[in-house]
Amino acid sequence: MARSPGREIVPPVQKLRMRYAKRGRMRFASHRDCARSFERALRRVGVPMAFSAGFHPHPKISYANAVPTGTSSEAEYLEIGVLQECDPQALQAALNATLPDGMEIMDVVVTRTSDLATRLEAGEWRLELPGIEPDVARAAAQAFLAVDEVEVQRMTKGGLRRFDARGPVVELAECSGEGDPEGCAILRLVVRHGTPSVRPDDVLAALAAVADLAPPIPPRITRLAQGPLDENARTVQDPLLPDRDEPTVGA
Amino acid sequence: MTATIPDPCAPVFDRLEQLLPRVQKPVQYVGGEVNAQVSEWGSADVRWALMYPDAYEVGLPNQGLQILYEVLNEQDGTLAERTYAVWPDLAALMRENGVPQFTLESHRPVAAFDVLGVSFSTELGYTNMLEALDLAGIPLHSVDRTEAHPVVVAGGHAAFNPEPISDFVDIAVAGDGETVVLAISEAVRAWKNGGRPGGRDGLLLSLAALDHVYVPRFYDVEYLPDGRIRRVVPSRPDVPWRVAKSTLTDLDAWPYPRTPLVPIAETVHERASVEIFRGCTRGCRFCQAGMITRPVRERSITGIGEMVQAAVAATGFEEVGLLSLSSADHSEIGEVAKGLADRYEGSNTSLSLPSTRVDAFNVDLANELSRNGRRSGLTFAPEGGSERIRAVINKMVTEEDLVRTVTTAYAAGWRQVKLYFMCGLPTETDEDVLQIARLAREVIRVGREVSGSRDIRCTVSIGGFVPKPHTPFQWAAQLGHEETDARLALLRDEIRADRQFGKAIGVRYHDGKPGIVEGLLSRGDRRVGRVIEQAWRDGARFDGWSEHFSFDRWMTAAERGLEGTGVDVAWFTTRERQHDEVLPWDHIDSGLDKEWLWQDWQDALDEVEVDDCRWTPCFDCGVCDQMGTAIEVGPTGRVLIPLEPISPAPLLATQA
Repeated sequence: MARSPGREIVPPVQKLRMRYAKRGRMRFASHRDCARSFERALRRVGVPMAFSAGFHPHPKISYANAVPTGTSSEAEYLEIGVLQECDPQALQAALNATLPDGMEIMDVVVTRTSDLATRLEAGEWRLELPGIEPDVARAAAQAFLAVDEVEVQRMTKGGLRRFDARGPVVELAECSGEGDPEGCAILRLVVRHGTPSVRPDDVLAALAAVADLAPPIPPRITRLAQGPLDENARTVQDPLLPDRDEPTVGA
Repeated sequence: MTATIPDPCAPVFDRLEQLLPRVQKPVQYVGGEVNAQVSEWGSADVRWALMYPDAYEVGLPNQGLQILYEVLNEQDGTLAERTYAVWPDLAALMRENGVPQFTLESHRPVAAFDVLGVSFSTELGYTNMLEALDLAGIPLHSVDRTEAHPVVVAGGHAAFNPEPISDFVDIAVAGDGETVVLAISEAVRAWKNGGRPGGRDGLLLSLAALDHVYVPRFYDVEYLPDGRIRRVVPSRPDVPWRVAKSTLTDLDAWPYPRTPLVPIAETVHERASVEIFRGCTRGCRFCQAGMITRPVRERSITGIGEMVQAAVAATGFEEVGLLSLSSADHSEIGEVAKGLADRYEGSNTSLSLPSTRVDAFNVDLANELSRNGRRSGLTFAPEGGSERIRAVINKMVTEEDLVRTVTTAYAAGWRQVKLYFMCGLPTETDEDVLQIARLAREVIRVGREVSGSRDIRCTVSIGGFVPKPHTPFQWAAQLGHEETDARLALLRDEIRADRQFGKAIGVRYHDGKPGIVEGLLSRGDRRVGRVIEQAWRDGARFDGWSEHFSFDRWMTAAERGLEGTGVDVAWFTTRERQHDEVLPWDHIDSGLDKEWLWQDWQDALDEVEVDDCRWTPCFDCGVCDQMGTAIEVGPTGRVLIPLEPISPAPLLATQA
């Protein structure tokens, strides 16, 4: 008898792209934890998934650019392949009814373009720094922006790496306002993706280096957006826009 | 301004959250799993914290805890939350910041609950219970607790000898917990609503009056001059001399867990489990689980089918495990396997049967269940290397059976066979263990022949035998750790030296030291409590994890803890007991007649085998008579009705 019976591999008839949020307690979940939770939600809902070929078939899901464990996000992206055409809104509602609290599908579009990953050019982040006065953070951000290069180091899979955390940063500004808690600076950060990608904790390390900024309480970091970078406005655009722009089928 | 006294029941998540970025795998502490049950705190007047005393990744999949969690949460006025052992990195931060042991649902302090139920699958969880009590701010010793503290309950298989932890627990429950937890809830409710009559002792007395509930505090242990136990006597007239185990009947009426928990963190068993029967009467003499869970009670084929369907729908797990002590022994397992394999064909839902029975039928079952999937490894448990030692332990498998079974497996396309054995069995010699090497070589030889391939493997996995209470081997001398290690080294060398087959045989084993500590805790009496406490004070935690276990720490703790008693670790472990000795657990009634166990021990020494009472007449082990129970097995003759596939219709795009 064969080790694994041959399976007929059926290609997906439709692909759907989703933006999802990872908030609150779920920020402590790793990317793999989120992926398992998402895949089980797909099975509970009965999404007609397409599967990969091979010895151990996997549902066709690709994840882009996962946020680090411990960080919240309003803008994670993934794409699934299905064997029957699904209604994006029905899919979104069904998944949101069953996902663990803290994971929420924010947007579903039918895939009509090919280059989502390359459109995730930059990321926008919000860094809440409890215990740091807004003025202190503002001064630190200005000191950071005033220099051309700040070398930081981080442990990566390939070992300890040293790299510049300043270059890819497009925007770093204190933005707390009325209604925000007292004594808690809030930084808005826009950073261009690259290799190695500069993450908010690298920018915090850089702020410690240039301005001795040392948050007494672990900062709360949220990825607000990912997408094409508008260099002039220093903002991040919706990466699903090109998929949405196409005329809707049957409309 | 008046100072506000912090509410001792208030959730601690906000403070815990500050610590989580600084620990490993923080997601294990946040709860929020699919199917977790979060009840309004004020909606219940009896509140349970259920603990599995090991890390979340081990504790979450535990079926016993998940069953009781649902059974309790289904009751009006009762709620149950879960708590697990926290790793030392978080424990240190919690102490530093005054964050107590917490539950995962509401993140309230464990001390705020009425009952703390701890399920012990193994004795190696004892120090984790002490750590949790200490982190919770609950006094370690039962006598130091007041009526403001939770009742600490021990259950699970290790509770069949609760004596080593009798200083730390308020009550112990032997046997199936489903109905007992409900009775405990009622007693706690009546006591609370009745104005707490008699204080804490009043509550413990009302619990002692329940069936299956043992309150160690109400018993005195008297010793003989040589250190053995003279007798264990109730210290009050109103508690029973012996406490009997609980036995659940009609498993179909208890389809729990209905909605298994789906962890966010990765755990050791990433699957839903359905218990297909409880109990085992194979009569393997080393097996405490088989002895204390008699008689066999099957879930029906239709009951199994419904539970599998419900579990898949409620969890989205890709795998469902059919659990029991010997799953291939279910009277309708063939129909169950085929029915489920048919039902889930092409659905990417796989089924597993963690069974280790050595026969060709088992391979047929495995073939059926792996119809769509991989055929990587099959596991069998001959347990003993020689025919002689298998007669001693009553594992009725001949070498011919084993060879025939693995031949079938390799011929069916399985590439790896794993064989489980034990080392240190009563009467064992070096020769018995070296026979394991011979068996493994024979397995590879026939495997290469029938598969026509050299690309097959056999892994031999060897565990050290620890004699357990309520088994025929409860009187046996445990093998010392040096002797265990020497015997395993001989076996390893024998396999390594084999040029023809050695490279195809993997050997996995652990050194003998943890087994000695397990042996001390398994067959210990109340005097061992001081050793456990000392070991915990010296830093013992997570004793089931080799990276946290320290043999030297335990031995030092034993020296101090047993000082002045005249007994030592060897006395508890490597000493053979005599017929007339009062054993520390004799007053916990597992239903097994002590004379029958002794006779079975003598039969073991005479290498006489005993059959399974499911298909031969009763051997008078005593359980059914004593407990008023009976074997509950099929066949029912019913069939699994194929299900309609889940329709994704509501999700589909409407065709314009």
